[in-house]
Amino acid sequence: MRVAVIDYKAGNLTSVLKAIRHLGAETVVTDADVSLIESAERIVLPGVGHFAATDRLNQTGMTAAIRAAIGRGVPFLGICVGMQWLYAGSSEAPDHLGLCHFPESCTRFPECNQKVPHVGWNSLDTKPGSRLLAGVDPGEFVYFTHSYKAPVTADTAAVANYIEDFAAAVEHKNVMGVQFHPEKSGETGLKIMRNFLDWKRDSAAC
Amino acid sequence: MLTKRIIACLDVHAGRVVKGVQFVDIIDAGDPAALAARHAREGADEIVLLDITATHEGRQTLLETVRRTARELFVPFTVGGGIRSAEEAELVFEAGADKISINSAALADPSLITRIGLSFGAQAVVVAIDAKRDPEAKDPVRDAQVYLQGGRKPAGRRVVEWALEAESRGAGEILLTSMDSDGTRAGFDCELTAAVSESVNIPVIASGGAGTVTHFAEVFGKGKADAALAASIFHFGVSSARSLKQELLATGIPVRLPC
Repeated sequence: MRVAVIDYKAGNLTSVLKAIRHLGAETVVTDADVSLIESAERIVLPGVGHFAATDRLNQTGMTAAIRAAIGRGVPFLGICVGMQWLYAGSSEAPDHLGLCHFPESCTRFPECNQKVPHVGWNSLDTKPGSRLLAGVDPGEFVYFTHSYKAPVTADTAAVANYIEDFAAAVEHKNVMGVQFHPEKSGETGLKIMRNFLDWKRDSAAC
Repeated sequence: MLTKRIIACLDVHAGRVVKGVQFVDIIDAGDPAALAARHAREGADEIVLLDITATHEGRQTLLETVRRTARELFVPFTVGGGIRSAEEAELVFEAGADKISINSAALADPSLITRIGLSFGAQAVVVAIDAKRDPEAKDPVRDAQVYLQGGRKPAGRRVVEWALEAESRGAGEILLTSMDSDGTRAGFDCELTAAVSESVNIPVIASGGAGTVTHFAEVFGKGKADAALAASIFHFGVSSARSLKQELLATGIPVRLPC
């Protein structure tokens, strides 16, 4: 199993690579070489930091390569900002377009008497039928660190609540995203990454 | 619901854990990698590794120790001690740290906070503050003196104003150690913690003074801490993060129990 991990110079890839390798898959890191996307069996877009950093994906031709791979049915997982990029955009960088795979936009947590960013372990309200979250019970905890979030929609695979409900995971066929960091979420996180690596087109329950 | 974090701290000297949380039944009680893995299994929400000798002896954090510890660790992992530049921080991140903690270096050059944050994200930059109440000041708590070089030297800064500057420069979290409480096992300095936590919008990790489960409940309640650092607590009354958390849950503090 060869997993392409996209480096768009936003944060540290070490933990994501370590978790994928721990689960027995091979990783290739690419920042501009789209041929590695074309040959990948899985694509992971990690990311911490600013939404504007995803602009690099357009400059390098990655956006088009990813869109094509998704069209071929290659399983794709976006993590944190990598999940937010699957949407139309984010109020963090209003001039930057996301992939628009999901039509909604990401917004900052509203101002109130609670701290933003949302940092720490929060529980998942998992939706039945999610293949990415198979075996994850409602109430299991995962690690978040973010100030922007996606809205809850029909494609939401798990809801979390901080200040308000938001999408902790999104899933539509082979396109998946998690707002939390599965590579830093202990056994629960590894289970989710294993589900992603084991994803099979034929076993579709969707 | 967002839970309060219990963070296990390992003080490391020359690649060995010299103090902090140890287990009697572990084969090599001084091995940071073995201890970190054990804490994660027992329910610690994060691991902090502090190279306690690095700053004043002018040594770099031991990258090999970080690498070995990070290898099988799948919870957030922070490394501090002796990181003086963005280049040194980068080496620590490459070795497997998710966050770095800076103290003296940030006081000497606050722009370091911003520079590391730009490359690795604000969430990866923890600013550690060692503070001691100042009885001479108008507000001895808010104006507590900040110290550098492991508490050896006053920095000429006040705790709340320095925490606010660190936040404005892009710190992701504050690790606040009360020098008055540290080592006393008489409880965290809840007033100091609350003064900082209510002033900033980023998480504050309380450190120094833990002796009982009640102390944790107090610092999460009265002290408004988002997380608390646990070191020698495991020698006094509770045997693991799991039992600490079970007792906290019973008092109504939201914590994550390991599955």
